[in-house]
Amino acid sequence: MIWNQEFETLPREALEALQLKRLRATCERVYANVPHYRRAFDAAGFRPEQIRTLADIQRLPFTTKQDLRDNYPYGMFCTPMEQVVRIHASSGTTGKPTVVGYTQRDIETWSELMARCFCAAGVSRGDIVHNSYGYGLFTGGLGAHYGAERVGASVIPMSGGNTKKQIMVMKDFHSTVLTATPSYALHLAEVAEEEGVPMDDLSLRVGIFGAEPWSDEMRAQLESRLHLDAIDIYGLSEIIGPGVAVECLEAKSGMHLMEDHFIAEIIDPDTLEVLPPGEEGELVFTTITKEAFPIIRYRTRDITRLIAEPCRCGRTSWRMQKVSGRSDDMLIIRGVNVFPSQIEALLVECEGVEPHYELVVDRDGSMDTLEVRVEVNDRIFSDEIRHLQALGNRIRKDIKDLYGITARVSLVEPRTIARSQGKAVRVIDRRKEVK
Amino acid sequence: MKVQQLSVFIENQAGRLADVTGVLARAEISIRALSLADTQDFGILRLIVDDTQRARVVLDEQDFTVGLTDVVAVEIPDVPGGLNGVLKIFDSCDINVEYMYAFVDRNRENNAIVIFRIEDVEDGISRLQAEGVNFVEPAVLYGM
Repeated sequence: MIWNQEFETLPREALEALQLKRLRATCERVYANVPHYRRAFDAAGFRPEQIRTLADIQRLPFTTKQDLRDNYPYGMFCTPMEQVVRIHASSGTTGKPTVVGYTQRDIETWSELMARCFCAAGVSRGDIVHNSYGYGLFTGGLGAHYGAERVGASVIPMSGGNTKKQIMVMKDFHSTVLTATPSYALHLAEVAEEEGVPMDDLSLRVGIFGAEPWSDEMRAQLESRLHLDAIDIYGLSEIIGPGVAVECLEAKSGMHLMEDHFIAEIIDPDTLEVLPPGEEGELVFTTITKEAFPIIRYRTRDITRLIAEPCRCGRTSWRMQKVSGRSDDMLIIRGVNVFPSQIEALLVECEGVEPHYELVVDRDGSMDTLEVRVEVNDRIFSDEIRHLQALGNRIRKDIKDLYGITARVSLVEPRTIARSQGKAVRVIDRRKEVK
Repeated sequence: MKVQQLSVFIENQAGRLADVTGVLARAEISIRALSLADTQDFGILRLIVDDTQRARVVLDEQDFTVGLTDVVAVEIPDVPGGLNGVLKIFDSCDINVEYMYAFVDRNRENNAIVIFRIEDVEDGISRLQAEGVNFVEPAVLYGM
């Protein structure tokens, strides 16, 4: 099922002409209204009027997370605040979040894109959508909510947490669609199994899972345990939130990009050279319809490849493969972006000293776990148990306040944590290991 | 009257305790008193030895995290009610005990020795002495 027949099946030539027109307009707007972009364009020696072909996008400067951080909170906004009707945020690398804004028209666009996603997953007005994405500053909850309402489905705004209650609601309210992070969905399946709730008592037919990368093995697990079709959705708040790309039910192979709203490029993260479809590299996006928070060539740090081959669903848009990794050190734990450097800053603040530490990320059943192992040194060490425990508690609380995750904090003996070169934090991600 | 006590941080792993005592044994350091406080994940081994500084050096060389704490050693009549009597004095002086451990020394006639960690050591010693509490001199303790 295709929500917007006209735009989702545009012939490539027409799509590219549309992209060029929208790109030029966006560049003119950001050049005129956003000091960061005016400086960046001037430094690149390139003016918006000089955009003649789509290939000229390669002459535009890249935008990074650091740029957003430097312009916290509203420095990258392109419209006056009076026109901004929504503000969202995601975690930044040093404790300050990345702030994004939406005009009324942006909300319309976002709802339209999410409607396309729901439709691609086979969801329509007869469906009951159980939305377990978090509602709040995170774009997931409200993004999915508005999209589901747009297709006319009945939305249950569950948000996260209280798993037993969620299962009761899913069962009693006859939810047919589940929107959640894949690890939370697996957790729901586990708890349902523990509670002895048979899957046949639930009415789930399809799930739309995102906010963290997940494998085809995970898809098989989700589909067999929840008795539904598992669809992958991609997005990031810097671009719009969820709704940047989605799998179609027909193929479930690669996510269709919303190319009439976002121009996607793949670059070599080291040389910054643009790579052709089929080659793996870092995903870069340029928004071409957003008003309050347009962004030019944003480096997502996600590693993937573009698929130009036509899809059997009939959409003409290119697809992106499931994200295979990151080109920075960010971790995604239970759908939350965690930057090791943030934890390091937290530890230094806690004790006034930079201890040797490492992060161990693992998976217990369906839930990601985080352990912070801190080496005790002379300055941290106290003769009294309660002081050491208080230190552990404080670190745990700070992590909880920052990410909403309860981490395990282990104090370990000196020299038990391997020394790394330079500033690289030692992160052991056991989730990738074969078990 | 302040007695120096070593504290060693030990992870809850098999053999770690023996590693510590092994280091001390090889350095021919004699342990006078000890106590092990533990949680689920780690323990703190508290030791009073005959050569505090040397013990600290050899443990440090083996990468142990070692702390030094001032404690006091109190002589207590080795009869029922002996400890109770002393603790009542602590109470009346409003002195808070962080932890304590005891041992009996055959050379002490009818007295046992209890090591106390209290909050304000200097102040505590003078007030307790005024109430008749008997402290054991550090040198005596180390050399026992």
